[in-house]
Amino acid sequence: MSDITKQSLSELAENIKSKKLSSSEVTKAFVERSEKSKELNTYITEDYANALNKSKKFDEKPNLDLKLPGIPIAVKDLFCTRDLRTTAGSKILNNFVPTYESTVTQNIWNEGAILMGKLNCDEFAMGSSNETSFFGNVQNPIDKNLVPGGSSGGSSSAVAAQLTPITIGTDTGGSIRQPASFTGTVGLKPTYGSCSRYGIVAFASSLDQAGPMAQNVKDCALLQEVISTYDEKDSTSIDFKRNEYSKELTKDIKGKKIGIPKEYRVDGMPKEIEDLWKKGIEYAKDCGAEIIDISLPHTNYALPTYYIVAPAEASSNLARYDGVKYGFRAEGENLIDMYEKTRSEGFGAEVQRRIMIGTYVLSSGYYDAYYLKAQKVRKLIKNDFDEAYKKVDAILTPSTPSSAFKIGEKTNDPVSMYLNDIFTVPVNLAGLPGISIPAGHDAKGYPLGLQIIGKAFDEQNILNIAYAMEEKINFKNNITDWWIK
Amino acid sequence: MSKNKSEYLINRHDNQYEVVIGLEVHAQVTSESKLFSTSATKFGAKPNTQVSLVDAAFPGMLPVINEYCVKQAIKTGIGLKAKINKRSVFDRKNYFYADLPQGYQISQFKDPIVGEGKVILDMPDGQKEVGIERLHLEQDAGKSIHDLDPKNTFVDLNRSGVALMEIVSKPDLRSPDEVNAYIKKLRSIMRYLGTCDGNMQEGSLRADVNVSVRKKGSKEFGTRCEIKNVNSIKFMQMAIEYEANRQVDLIEDGQTIDQETRLFDTKKNETRSMRSKEDAHDYRYFPDPDLLPLEVSDDFIENLKSEIPELPDEKKKRFIEKFKLSPYEANILVSDIETSNYFENVIKKSDVKLATNWIIGELFAALNEKNLEITESPISAGNLSKLINLIKDGTISGKIAKTVFEQMMEGDKDPKKIVEEKGLKQESDPKALEALIDKVIDDNRDKATEYKSGKVKLFGFFVGQVMKVSGGKANPQLVNEILKKKL
Repeated sequence: MSDITKQSLSELAENIKSKKLSSSEVTKAFVERSEKSKELNTYITEDYANALNKSKKFDEKPNLDLKLPGIPIAVKDLFCTRDLRTTAGSKILNNFVPTYESTVTQNIWNEGAILMGKLNCDEFAMGSSNETSFFGNVQNPIDKNLVPGGSSGGSSSAVAAQLTPITIGTDTGGSIRQPASFTGTVGLKPTYGSCSRYGIVAFASSLDQAGPMAQNVKDCALLQEVISTYDEKDSTSIDFKRNEYSKELTKDIKGKKIGIPKEYRVDGMPKEIEDLWKKGIEYAKDCGAEIIDISLPHTNYALPTYYIVAPAEASSNLARYDGVKYGFRAEGENLIDMYEKTRSEGFGAEVQRRIMIGTYVLSSGYYDAYYLKAQKVRKLIKNDFDEAYKKVDAILTPSTPSSAFKIGEKTNDPVSMYLNDIFTVPVNLAGLPGISIPAGHDAKGYPLGLQIIGKAFDEQNILNIAYAMEEKINFKNNITDWWIK
Repeated sequence: MSKNKSEYLINRHDNQYEVVIGLEVHAQVTSESKLFSTSATKFGAKPNTQVSLVDAAFPGMLPVINEYCVKQAIKTGIGLKAKINKRSVFDRKNYFYADLPQGYQISQFKDPIVGEGKVILDMPDGQKEVGIERLHLEQDAGKSIHDLDPKNTFVDLNRSGVALMEIVSKPDLRSPDEVNAYIKKLRSIMRYLGTCDGNMQEGSLRADVNVSVRKKGSKEFGTRCEIKNVNSIKFMQMAIEYEANRQVDLIEDGQTIDQETRLFDTKKNETRSMRSKEDAHDYRYFPDPDLLPLEVSDDFIENLKSEIPELPDEKKKRFIEKFKLSPYEANILVSDIETSNYFENVIKKSDVKLATNWIIGELFAALNEKNLEITESPISAGNLSKLINLIKDGTISGKIAKTVFEQMMEGDKDPKKIVEEKGLKQESDPKALEALIDKVIDDNRDKATEYKSGKVKLFGFFVGQVMKVSGGKANPQLVNEILKKKL
């Protein structure tokens, strides 16, 4: 079967279960395609030989009751994987091999999936273009000169290029939804507390959330069902009733009330985005949903709030990378000198910038004006959503204010880079679930995404809306395999 | 109540200075595992053998609160008659050090688990109340070892993440003696509760000492210096004396005191500047986003209250009221839980008054001489009780009892057996005693005549002679009676 890698997760799982395909055949196909796709630079660490061995073992004794039977999967290199190097895209963890497994990846292996390797990402997930990675930038399979988005840029690129049938990313301010939007794929950021953070290299603890990335909504639902579990090892994990999202998936969203927040019409938003949004509203109506105008009055403050809270937490979370215990160490004259050299050489510019911002906003004398104020605004932003959800079941917005930009285009302009997160950040600050689905193309033919934001723990509802709209939109990704010689 | 007797003042020229002291005591919580991980906390284990991935701050590792430690902190709060905060928050205190793997310590800054409380001190001239400002839970750091290698520092993370209670007093202490009493009382309460073993040699109890001075009668506080991490009461007292005098000298010299952190050099008996206020760390405290605020219910607290044993103050009151002990005796007997347990075991089957005297007198002296704790006493409570009963029922005299006691100290032997084996039983047979006394009078005819002619002081001589002849075994009371008749 030459078109194995073109199949969706659901098709692959079905074909393996019905023994039309073996895990070895599937794994071999994705490994071969990954090997031919080195130019995209999606992988930081490949584990192909092990993956092939594991697939053979699976075939010897296949457990076909599992949800991901012998499915090969590459994951973002922010998830700690036992005995396989985990770098977080940073030089400072260049040589770090965990002796433990993140809960989310363990959940995936427990359902029969097989690890193929670790995917590139922005350093410590700090970035919107995958250009801050110590392991180099990633190409967007849509076009050679385009960024794949970030920070889960390796993940979005790998799914769009069909190097892995599905993958997982992490989303702190948009790091799943923005790259999904840039690559014409589907990405879900679950409710904060839905997926365990245990074993995920931390960026900003109160915002970080792992989530599925896939070619379609159904695959996304299935993966969410696998990775979302209550975990006592994460004190912020929440014990709520989790659906069997893929089984309960329905296109019947008749009468669902979908809110359109006026504050998301930001200044200077390209007409293409405005048009996409309008189209999205029409699709939703076609599906039987009711459209209601709503207001999220504090939206304007979300980005500045995010760029205080996230760096503050990051500055503290990254203090452990000090050259003492593991990872990269530069030799120094004394302890302080060693710290300074290790962290100056080990961290890239963007990470250093955020550590400095974070350190500043937490400093005595500035704490109240920045961190404390930001926490108060965060509460107001959450209240906005709570108010809105008295009237609507979900909220529809564009995923990003533009399509994918060119590699290098924004690297010297951090603020313009940060503006990319304008539609995704409020969702993280409020701890809500949000999904980005591909909904059209801009004039250049680059994909554009729509975001559906749900109530806390209401993943099923936004998956259903996305599932229904996906059918109406009937999006086709325009990928030419230009990188395969 | 005269306060002046123990007033501690520093005199310089014509000025009298009062010393103001506040303590931040770090008490290691007695628990099997650490505050946020499941590693063991045993003292003295091989370096880095009690370290989990969480303690060593590996990427992606997250803290999970140990409920037992929370219970211990609340119990301690109850023991300090303090307000228990149903909602408290863990914060990160950020600083870099090799033995601090996370790069921050998880502590409680703005919202501690325990609020204001008090401790009552029994001072020679009366009771004194010391206010408790707060108690909070925090992680201990690891240990840096600088003297194993000329060039490198070694780090042992066994202690990293162990639960500590930081107990902050109000600046209510006024002398080294009060500090001594305060630490002992705090230690006693926690040992009663089983929340901290109070072992200062093993570092389970240590303190930062805040010292300032002011002219006697002044209401304003002077500028304070904090003496870091002092690990014995003696050193605390020495450090306070040195530091208070240093501050007085500065003031008398017309200089000002800089608010700073100082270290006590135990070898030179002096405090030295460690860092000034300007150099003070900016710890960038903020709520730990890995942990939700800690919330406890009224039921949770009430359940813990029901587990609180009788504490020293209540026990003392009971001992005074029920057993008619003096406040002094009661204080000594309740000072630590083991002593009070021993005492209560002894008096189960013997006379309270005698037991009190024997424990506070003979037993403490003997233990002291051998440098033993009450729990290591060679004489069990049961056997001491038997000894006291032998005295009480007249089987042996108090004097013989001391001999028996000495033998019991050599190994926990039944006093009855010692008395039998050594034939130490008191002679209380009037006939036998009469014969003995007749012989003594006979042998000392001249003295007997003198006595009869009015020299009554000689009575004591006769008693002594009778005791001597009997080998100390004659019942002194009967000897007295018979002698009076015979003479």
